[in-house]
Amino acid sequence: MNSLITMNDLTNDDIHRILLDAEKLLPVAKGNFHLPLLKGKILGNLFFEPSTRTRMSFETAMKRLGGDVINLGAVASSSVVKGETLHDTIRMVDGYSDIIALRHPRQGAAQYASDCAKVPIANAGDGAGHHPTQTMLDLFTIKQAHGKIEKLNVVLVGDLRFGRTVHSLSYALVRFGCKLTLVSPESLRLPEEIVNELKEQGGELTITEDLKPQLKDADVVYMTRIQKERFPDDDEYFRVAGIYKLVANDLASVKKDMIVMHPLPRVDEINPDVDSTRHAAYFEQAFNGVVTRMALLCDMLNVPIPENIGGGN
Amino acid sequence: MTADEQSMRRVTAIRNGTVIDHIPGGMVLQALQIFNVDGRHSNPISLVMNVPSRKLGTKDILKIEDRELTQEELDRLALIAPMASVSIIRNYSVAEKLSIQIGDEMINVAHCIYSNCISNAEREPLPHRLKVLKTSPMTLQCHYCGRIQNLDRLVNNLL
Repeated sequence: MNSLITMNDLTNDDIHRILLDAEKLLPVAKGNFHLPLLKGKILGNLFFEPSTRTRMSFETAMKRLGGDVINLGAVASSSVVKGETLHDTIRMVDGYSDIIALRHPRQGAAQYASDCAKVPIANAGDGAGHHPTQTMLDLFTIKQAHGKIEKLNVVLVGDLRFGRTVHSLSYALVRFGCKLTLVSPESLRLPEEIVNELKEQGGELTITEDLKPQLKDADVVYMTRIQKERFPDDDEYFRVAGIYKLVANDLASVKKDMIVMHPLPRVDEINPDVDSTRHAAYFEQAFNGVVTRMALLCDMLNVPIPENIGGGN
Repeated sequence: MTADEQSMRRVTAIRNGTVIDHIPGGMVLQALQIFNVDGRHSNPISLVMNVPSRKLGTKDILKIEDRELTQEELDRLALIAPMASVSIIRNYSVAEKLSIQIGDEMINVAHCIYSNCISNAEREPLPHRLKVLKTSPMTLQCHYCGRIQNLDRLVNNLL
């Protein structure tokens, strides 16, 4: 693999291999073991949109592996405000780094950047398009909880229309035979073209507006924030804001090993009283961003990961 | 005389130039746009619109005098008229017969219909690329954002 633009760049075998690599790297991600596999390598972090977890976890992943990071910094203080094109920014950073992580408000930006650059591009989110590294950390979190990613009942909740996280994730889950229940208000349903494509790929989908009845049989409940910034006007946002709220009491009769996930940040869709239940997996999920991106960075830079790390023979 | 021959004779034969037959009915104005013909600074042009066709139901015909369209120009027509047949006319006779060649990709023919696609950002220099996923029915996908294009909207985005 070179660039990672969408989940289509990874075969199912690639996904399994990278998830195994991530598991091997856990002691390094936790800082218990020093393994400078990427020493001398530089990651160019280009975030044209705000990001906390994705940007910081890419940075942590690179540094845990002994590599270095350069940042675009705030768009307001870069050449972008002087009218520099994405093409020219990429051509410049291409010369400064060995790999680029790109987040951009426009859909297709990562593919475009990949066409401009010689170094691999990791798509860290392109508009309402794709977010494959988030999908990989989501799959890792699911595997950690259930020991597998195949044939699970996954309930996706909230903004399924604009949420690129659920777009990438739903494609991946269907590939592994998971059954998807899509819970959203009508105005925020998964785009029809994606629903059709998932069905063509054999996906078993249920579309509903009702969250509570879906909880009992779920293996994973994936909550998302209704993203105010993606709405054209406030009225439309307030009509659907706060429509789904998960509280600890809702989890009384769910499966014992069911996990609640969320790409974070959350607003009010998961009550803090859920945090202390056995089902809350979202903070671990955020940590998993580091270990998964470590595995992805190594893979994209063709750096093999040793079999026994920290405590091996 | 067949219906097709009758249609072809609705306008006079041309001495030299290009005749494009079997353009789907009502699409000939878009064809002119594809060939960058604006009607004010061009050679003599004859249009036939919405005549009966066995193959297409209704069809349009375009005759451009004193201009031989190149294969590259004609291939752009695949967007609206993949079944078109083209004759190069020299001295009132058909000198060459050409057909539209549909490749894997259409480059700089039209821009993606989604305004938020990076290819629609101002001054970005890379070409507009539409992948041909299927030819029947014509199914095109933006190379960059990966979204399937609605052809009715795409013909308004010709370059």
